[in-house]
Amino acid sequence: MAKVIKEHIHSLLEKGLRQDGRKLLDYRKDISVEYGISPKSAEGSARVRIGETEVVAGVKLGMSTPYPDQQDSGSIMFGAELSPIASDRFEMGPPSIESIEIARVVDRGIRESGAIDFKKLCVKKGEKVWQICVDMYPINDAGNLRDACSLAALAAMKDAKFPEFDKVTGIVNYEKKTKTSLPLTDEPIEVTVLKINNDFVIDPSCEEEEFLDARLTTAFLKDGAICAMQKGGKGALSTEDIGKMVKIASDNVKLLRKAL
Amino acid sequence: MGELFVKERQIVVPGDKLASGMDYLPAGGAYRDGEEIRSSVVGILGINGRVLRVIALKTHYNPRPGDMVIAKITDMTNSLWFAKVDSFRDGLMTLREVPEYVDDGADLTQFYNFGDYVLAKVAAVGRTNLMLTLKGPGLRKISGGRIIEINSAKVPRVIGKQGSMISLLKDKTGCRIIVGQNGLVWVQGAPEHELVAVDAINYINEKGHLQGLTDKVSDLLDKAMKNVVVHDSEEKPQKDKPKKKAKEESDDEEEAPTRRAAGKKAKKTAKRGSKK
Repeated sequence: MAKVIKEHIHSLLEKGLRQDGRKLLDYRKDISVEYGISPKSAEGSARVRIGETEVVAGVKLGMSTPYPDQQDSGSIMFGAELSPIASDRFEMGPPSIESIEIARVVDRGIRESGAIDFKKLCVKKGEKVWQICVDMYPINDAGNLRDACSLAALAAMKDAKFPEFDKVTGIVNYEKKTKTSLPLTDEPIEVTVLKINNDFVIDPSCEEEEFLDARLTTAFLKDGAICAMQKGGKGALSTEDIGKMVKIASDNVKLLRKAL
Repeated sequence: MGELFVKERQIVVPGDKLASGMDYLPAGGAYRDGEEIRSSVVGILGINGRVLRVIALKTHYNPRPGDMVIAKITDMTNSLWFAKVDSFRDGLMTLREVPEYVDDGADLTQFYNFGDYVLAKVAAVGRTNLMLTLKGPGLRKISGGRIIEINSAKVPRVIGKQGSMISLLKDKTGCRIIVGQNGLVWVQGAPEHELVAVDAINYINEKGHLQGLTDKVSDLLDKAMKNVVVHDSEEKPQKDKPKKKAKEESDDEEEAPTRRAAGKKAKKTAKRGSKK
């Protein structure tokens, strides 16, 4: 924790400025989404760039047995791999707390939105259901991995097509893709707002993330409804803070939605 | 007879044939492979008579005694500080090498705390560690301003010939700038001007291998400074620039040290130190 950098960030925020010249509530302008970047190895894939931040996501669809308590519904799994290629902060080895949090928050956003009808993933009740695996790989961390991961996961799911499945033999033919997409009924997108020294900041840089007091990630549906939230950081948030942060986040969702 | 395969200032990659025959000699970044001379790095070819040299586009920092570096305190024991100089070596700074008198058993965080940046000089380089010293003119703990990172191969570009680039940056932006040989750069000034300086330094970091860099950076700075809107009306860097410059004059030697001379001096002091 470098005091010099912290003081610098704070002094700039007081003047309404940030280290890269943006205003506090300016999202980076260059947001792009590329679909189908890995058509041979994944059923769905996407690359999301927010400024210099880059995340690649892939969707694998597999046949598995349903969970005992949900005999007639498929399942979904999210994973985020923070490898050293993205940042020197990350190390190889077992998943870090940060990567688990990112995966779980993205999971919550999509699962709790009800955008996927898991019943439709059932092939044969009690025996065969589709399992969706979504993996997110940050390629470069220039801040705001959370929003980028959420967008990448959703884009990859939108891109995904079911592979051919032979009901008689029970074999999935990954060589051939059908034209059926995942049963997505909505598009939940997460936006993270930071609180640093009583100022609210959106789309943070790595340094700003390091010196945050608190952060709030909110997931929004197409109609603007909130479907999931996650608070992080050691600082406390008052009711008004949360109200303001959610407002800021909801103002910026359309930016990300436009890129989809 | 000897034959040259690439032109001067051309970009080459490791293994590229530069020349054949014994007429040419390999220098830094090049090696002899039988009859041929090949490049060992990604870089730009420089030809000086018979000597072929490849100037790398990117390198890790290779510390030499006498280098001015910006180091970050990462750890401490009861008798020394560990500082990251951005090479694989541990930077060590003993109690004797700081200007303050540190009492036995004192709390070292009171002097240099975790995460503090210091402007230090490399005193000696070992196999796995290097010694840093804070004893010397201008060496100190850094307060205020911001720190950015560039590749250490671009440090000479940011400083320029006889400090031409750095003085251009300082003059046009009115910022105080110190470049550590390890690629950390400290910039301090009015927020808007700081940003212009940082953008320019990042530009040099990316485009430092191009020719006519000084003119391009000069144009860039002129354009950027025109668009600057100073939010705080109290700060008028144009006016207090002369004052600042005078102050800076004394600082200037520290930024572009004649590496060899400074290195010799540091070596001497290091030797003296070890004899004791």
